[in-house]
Amino acid sequence: MAKSSLDKKFDQIRKREEEKTFSTKKRSRIVNKFLNNRLAVLGLIIFTIIILASIFAPLLSPYDPMRVDLRSMRQPPSFDHWFGTDSTGRDVFTRVLFGGRVSIFIGLGSAILSAVVGIAVGCYAGYKGGWIDVIALRISEIFMSFPQIILVLLLVSITGQSLFNLMAIFILTGWGGMYRLARARMLSLREEEYVQALRSFGLSTFTICYKHMLPNALSPIMVNITLSTAMFILTEAGLSFLGLGVPLNIPTWGNILNVAQDILILQNYWWMWGPVGIVISVFVLCVNFIGDGLRDSTDPSQQG
Amino acid sequence: MKKEILKLRGVKVHFPVQAGVFNRVVGHVLAVDGVDLDIFRGEVLGLAGESGCGKTTLGKAILRLVEPTDGEVKYISQDDDETELTSLEKKDMDPFRKKLQIVFQDPHSSLNPSFTIFGSLQDPLKKFGIKSKEERRKIIGDLLEAVNMRREYMDRYPHEFSGGQRQRIGIVRALCLEPELIVCDEAVSALDVSIQAQVLKLLMQLKKEKNLTYLFITHDLSVTEYLCDRIAVMYLGRIVELCASEDLYNNTLHPYSEALISAIPVADLDKQTKRIVLEGDVPSPVNPPKGCPFHPRCPKATDICKTEVPTLKKYSTNGNEHYASCHLIDLPEIS
Ligand SMILES: Nc1ncnc2c1ncn2[C@@H]1O[C@H](COP(=O)(O)OP(=O)(O)OP(=O)(O)O)[C@@H](O)[C@H]1O
Ligand code: SF4
Ligand SMILES: [Mg+2]
Repeated sequence: MAKSSLDKKFDQIRKREEEKTFSTKKRSRIVNKFLNNRLAVLGLIIFTIIILASIFAPLLSPYDPMRVDLRSMRQPPSFDHWFGTDSTGRDVFTRVLFGGRVSIFIGLGSAILSAVVGIAVGCYAGYKGGWIDVIALRISEIFMSFPQIILVLLLVSITGQSLFNLMAIFILTGWGGMYRLARARMLSLREEEYVQALRSFGLSTFTICYKHMLPNALSPIMVNITLSTAMFILTEAGLSFLGLGVPLNIPTWGNILNVAQDILILQNYWWMWGPVGIVISVFVLCVNFIGDGLRDSTDPSQQG
Repeated sequence: MKKEILKLRGVKVHFPVQAGVFNRVVGHVLAVDGVDLDIFRGEVLGLAGESGCGKTTLGKAILRLVEPTDGEVKYISQDDDETELTSLEKKDMDPFRKKLQIVFQDPHSSLNPSFTIFGSLQDPLKKFGIKSKEERRKIIGDLLEAVNMRREYMDRYPHEFSGGQRQRIGIVRALCLEPELIVCDEAVSALDVSIQAQVLKLLMQLKKEKNLTYLFITHDLSVTEYLCDRIAVMYLGRIVELCASEDLYNNTLHPYSEALISAIPVADLDKQTKRIVLEGDVPSPVNPPKGCPFHPRCPKATDICKTEVPTLKKYSTNGNEHYASCHLIDLPEIS
């Protein structure tokens, strides 16, 4: 009697277990973990808002970011001009919105492209090893040890300032980190038995390393992409502030900030540099929160 | 008449040991150091020995998962065509990759966590010419049923399975191209004892159904007795004894095998023999001892053992061929 009811209970538990373990997918576990991280979610929300606002900038603002309006120069924030106007009467809020487009494009674009380069090289070299790996490692060391600012000066003096030159420099100096990350993951993954099994079928190197191994190396790379995005945006702002980044006629967050070089503006017209400074900081902070959230949620050693 | 499926001749695998800033090669790990071995069609050949003696490396060298430094691995087809595998170009290996497969030890790293079972098994099938998805699903489904699992499991991810289930999926993977020889590298060592028995039974049943040959790698001699037709005992990259499995237990010739056998726990108290405790650790395969590699630990070692390397000689026990490499065997050598 007692035994049969016990049996029944076990059957029920088993059934429930099967249903549960077999219905949850690995993906959703990571999403859940991420959603439990308040800061990361907050970061994601603000990040999305800023990106959407930049994309739909023409709908949000009636002004043209480039149009000079000499009648309304250096006006403090008002109902018409939320962030005031600058020395040539352009609406600062509009410029921040449009500047976001370029700045985020540079940051995210450079991060993604350097990841693509780094992954492409790192996966292959890390899996293959041998002289390919040695050469790739040395090249990445050369690029990483080169001071970014000198590279910028060099390129600017050779080819002139342009948005794409800046991105090219970011990618040149940035792929090395991604490469090393991908390579390190591949080095440990290639000893895994499933990789050996794929080799025992004689599958091609490309199929094995890009299709079967890469998905398992991706999560630290995703984290690195977010963190690099933040870093590139800050670097762009810094370089543009110094007048070395994107050409001044294109509004970017760094170029808007550039006016603060003038001590008069720094002291008297806070709205020309204050709001954009805050937007940069908030955006970078949010990206970092997202990166941390991603890291925690994909870290297998923390999976409950 | 017994026919060989594989003939190994003088197989060596030496890994370079690198050190220092410039990765200079300062020595070699002699993981496999001159192995001669014939594997016959349809047999279960056990390969036993302590951890680190080169069993896995030998198994991988057969499949060219590691490249042998020296020696020959010959595959003999059912029509008696002999092919030397180690000198083949990578792509010419393909027809033989189909015939030779491997089941791994660690059920946790043997399946790709990012793919469903079908997802990770379908590429090999595709490569070997099974073009339609339906057909691939059928092959994998049938094999899953053959290892007592449900067909639908092919669409699940590895983390949803227990160790024993994963190991059975590993067997499905090895079977999916209808191989002739499977290297089972400690295929059950990582499992609970009760599940071990299940998986072993399954392996034996599959062997019968599909006419397989097994190279059964293990460090546990208690399992091999019932499973294997013949057993090879390895020590420091060499085979020291090779014979029919009952002869290994009843007519042991090599002192190292004796020590291994005496270490098997015996349930029957009357049969309890004196346990031979081996002194010291396995010497490093980077600098194996001179003379008989086993001499620093051998309870019977004499002076000759320190200077002269014994070779694998052929004897006869119980009417069976029996190979051993030891100076102190007083049986007549046969040629
Ligand atoms: N890729 C490698 N590079 C360098 N040394 C290696 C490599 N693979 C194996 N070895 C060394 O070769 C020797 C034999 O290793 P192997 O894995 O074949 O032993 P094993 O008999 O399978 O042991 P276990 O029972 O622990 O699996 C060991 O000393 C090991 O350290
Ligand atoms: S040759 Fe000597 S050392 Fe080697 S196993 Fe035989 S008795 Fe022992
Ligand atoms: Mg092993």
